[in-house]
Amino acid sequence: MARIGVFVCWCGSNIAGTVDVEKVREEAAKIPGVVSALDYKYMCSDPGQNSLRNIIKEKNLTGIVLAACSPHMHENTFRKAAAKEGLNPYFVEIANIREQVSWVHEDKERATAKAVDLMKMMVEKVKRDRPIEDVRVPLNKKALVIGGGISGIQAALDIANGGVEVLLVEKEPSIGGRMIQLDETFPTLDCSSCIMTPKMVEANQHPNIKLYTYSEVEDISGYIGNFKIKIKKKARSVVEKDCTGCGECWNACPMHKNVKSEFNVNLSERTAIYVPFPQAVPLVPVLDRSVCLHYKKGGKCQKCFDACGPKCIDFSLQDEIIEETVGAIVASTGYDLMDTSMYGEYGYGKYKDVISGLQFERLLSASGPTEGVIKRPSDGKTPQTIVFVQCVGSRDPEKGVPYCSKVCCMYTAKHAKLFAHKVHGSQSYVFYIDIRSTSKGYEEFVRGTMEQDGAIYLRGRVSKIYEDEGKLIVKGADTLSGNQVEIAADMVVLATGVIPKKGSDKLAQMLGISYDKYGFFTESHPKLRPAESSTAGIFLAGMAQGPRDIPESVVSGSAAASKILGLFSKNEYEVEGTIANVNEATCVACFYCQRVCAYNAISKKEIKDRSGKLIKVVANVNPGLCTGCGACVNACFSKSIDVKGFMDDQIYAEIKALAV
Amino acid sequence: MEDKDVRKENHTDSKIAGDGSADPRIIAFVCNWCTYSGADLAGTSRMKYSDNVRVIKLPCTGRIDPLFIVEAFKKGAKGVLVSGCHPGDCHYTSGNYHSRRKYATFRDLLGYLGVDLDRVEFSWVSASEGNKWVSIINEFTDKIKSLPGKSTDIFTKK
Repeated sequence: MARIGVFVCWCGSNIAGTVDVEKVREEAAKIPGVVSALDYKYMCSDPGQNSLRNIIKEKNLTGIVLAACSPHMHENTFRKAAAKEGLNPYFVEIANIREQVSWVHEDKERATAKAVDLMKMMVEKVKRDRPIEDVRVPLNKKALVIGGGISGIQAALDIANGGVEVLLVEKEPSIGGRMIQLDETFPTLDCSSCIMTPKMVEANQHPNIKLYTYSEVEDISGYIGNFKIKIKKKARSVVEKDCTGCGECWNACPMHKNVKSEFNVNLSERTAIYVPFPQAVPLVPVLDRSVCLHYKKGGKCQKCFDACGPKCIDFSLQDEIIEETVGAIVASTGYDLMDTSMYGEYGYGKYKDVISGLQFERLLSASGPTEGVIKRPSDGKTPQTIVFVQCVGSRDPEKGVPYCSKVCCMYTAKHAKLFAHKVHGSQSYVFYIDIRSTSKGYEEFVRGTMEQDGAIYLRGRVSKIYEDEGKLIVKGADTLSGNQVEIAADMVVLATGVIPKKGSDKLAQMLGISYDKYGFFTESHPKLRPAESSTAGIFLAGMAQGPRDIPESVVSGSAAASKILGLFSKNEYEVEGTIANVNEATCVACFYCQRVCAYNAISKKEIKDRSGKLIKVVANVNPGLCTGCGACVNACFSKSIDVKGFMDDQIYAEIKALAV
Repeated sequence: MEDKDVRKENHTDSKIAGDGSADPRIIAFVCNWCTYSGADLAGTSRMKYSDNVRVIKLPCTGRIDPLFIVEAFKKGAKGVLVSGCHPGDCHYTSGNYHSRRKYATFRDLLGYLGVDLDRVEFSWVSASEGNKWVSIINEFTDKIKSLPGKSTDIFTKK
């Protein structure tokens, strides 16, 4: 038999001024099952809470209703108070008679009638409350970081420095990501390698970090605290532990003409056995089997094998699957550059000297194909005039993407600056739409490019680029002067827009996290939960979330790491108990619930008898993934699934309490 | 076709005073994250609106069983409002989309059952739209008051 206590709060005159609280109390006392009804000036105050606790004890209450302010204000306060008296905290219901009655209505009689209705509703609801236990999920204190760019490395280092073991998985043969491809970085012009390589080395040598390069996450299942992951370690054909990185193998490789270097963005060639760049971490080459003559010509060529001192080349190595269990994941898969071939007027891919911003970085870089001397890809001559075109693909809803790629304004200013520094007497022109330079020191940096380094900024678009007598003729508009301009350039650099890394959508589906229509991972809340994904235990970092620069990527990596360290500071993860629950006796295994679940929280469970014979298959809710939204409840034809705290019978009782 | 005829008939009846349309009971099924918070915001901003509405809070509009709406009419509600997060803003990613699709299908059935479809409303109110909540409630209440009284008869027969 229910023993309900109703507590009507005056909230000073906030409620009592508009609602006849005594009348609400009197009406409450008349309801069958209500054994105690009280009104008090401030229920949330210490004396208010104490009287609530005393009455729970004295009257041995099985449930309480507070007719008070919004549950978003003090539901937790009263739940905690009830829990202190041994009452299950979910046996507390709030009738919102302040925000939704006294503050929004004026007629006292009618406001009181509404308050009574809301109170009655909650009495009927609380009568049907079942005890709910918060779910505790044990945590495997190990983290997985997917993507070894700057944000992933930062996340891995921070987590590892916090004393937690980290697996850092990188698809490419070396960690370092995009940042290690860059030359100097805005706005300080410190060299990217100089600040990046120490971090890469630190990550490699950290006792808490296990590096999986040339590896991909193949499968993920489970939930917060308990993700089962499979990492595919692609066959390197080189035994890592024996390799010294001496370079004899790639020097011996006969394939040094036809394979374009991915790291140098096709501006140079690499061998079949190669390290992407000299400071690669780990400094262990990879044998690219798709081009290697050993594999193509039936094992005839083994020049690298012969050259290798420690004999660590093993042509028979196979892909390896490594299984691990981790408690939390950081997804930091980074970005790609857009394909700009749809801008035929710019001639990218047609004219050798029309290159992307990332290619220009490689030309600037001392470790690049030209050792830092700016040379035209076509004839190797040093250009005297370069035209930079901004917003190629970005901010173009028609042909490209509508968003701003954020880094291009700054790196273009940097390119123009470095060009001026490296080639004296040269001239650069920048076609721009708007200049976006909003971080610390950025505006000054762009101004410097214009004023000290003499770059000419033209506000407008380029309409056509064509080759004429060894020059690239750039035709465009200068909308500020209203003139058409024509520039004879030696080279054109396109500030190509960024897009999410290829395959990041597939990874998102595997992880069960949401992504936007471009493929960038979406945050749990764009402002207040920027490091969390929509799935508990999976965090986001870097450009995989959207365009951002290096400092922001580092911050996001650290943010994800701090979230994980916070999570791991406890032994168990507590989930609110208001989650879905399956009645296995009536479930007919149609799995419509599974289809509507946005969290992959529903799986198939086999029920077997003692001899192991399958009796039936039913839906099973994973408490680590379920958020209690209730979409599954309505999808269920056999009414076998319900959300605790919002059970069907409770809602019907609420409606009934409002009957007129 | 048939439900239209029923409505016409009711229209004639409405010349006589309705069955309490002057003070109609309106039930609003709202989600916890957007609309309930929006309604709270109307309160904290001390906006005033019609007091005919009674709010039933659910975690998400995706949890709203169409039968709740039927039940509300059966229990004498003259109008039912469903309101949740704007498309794309669902706290649970996609619950409001499920709700919208369910509602689109269910509306026809409600009409077939004889419910005047003017009495059911679906809206998006975010947690920052206290003023939108106020105008939706006021407009919906006025609309219900102006409707002929007996069109939900089918559910109110004892």
